[in-house]
Amino acid sequence: MFTVRIQAQDFDPAQEAAALSRGRTDIGAVVTFTGLCRAQDAPGGAPLIALTLEHYPGMAEEEIGRLVEQARARWPLIGATVIHRYGRMVPGDNIVLVVTASAHRAAAFEAAEFLMDWLKTSAPFWKMEERDEGTAWVAAKDEDDDAAERWN
Amino acid sequence: MKVLYFAWVRERIGLEAEEVAVPEGVATVAELAAHLAARGEGYARAFENPRIVRAALDRRHARPDTPLGGAREIAFFPPMTGG
Repeated sequence: MFTVRIQAQDFDPAQEAAALSRGRTDIGAVVTFTGLCRAQDAPGGAPLIALTLEHYPGMAEEEIGRLVEQARARWPLIGATVIHRYGRMVPGDNIVLVVTASAHRAAAFEAAEFLMDWLKTSAPFWKMEERDEGTAWVAAKDEDDDAAERWN
Repeated sequence: MKVLYFAWVRERIGLEAEEVAVPEGVATVAELAAHLAARGEGYARAFENPRIVRAALDRRHARPDTPLGGAREIAFFPPMTGG
């Protein structure tokens, strides 16, 4: 089963991983990645109060769906679940979940990493940080582009 | 054509979406961005560095030289920072 969900509400990574393999005997590997809202980027930096994620409704689902299709063309996946939240999040909150299932671990590990790398640079989401001194849009990082490009 | 704006592009322009009559001679994503940039101060600020602003045509990523063709919707936004 392949599922993409864009939602404001929280998710349960363990429950999502279990749902992917429930009732099946052909899955030998399930990889789960959870991205969380973190309080600090660097030691001594001003702590983050909250993160607000804006998204492009419609395109966000479609673009992540296209990434899942690319992953399926590349690795023998049996299932995948991608969930990305939008709205306001505080440190410790879940932001994104990628679960991949395959017969063997290499495909599940690699596909999960591929999905996360591309999701960061091509899924239409934008983060705004809220700190004591005010709010600011997060700038895209070159290393994220590099991480995605290495799959080409 | 329906034009959508996100994140700081939306804030600078002061609109989430609008209907824009695409003039004759505006055939590509970059040409539409240049046309919009001339509409006022907020637009000029949003497109002050046109190489940074990304676009999607009918919800698919587009390049500056992508023809607008028969697309119904275009979106302009900063580089993405999800995940």
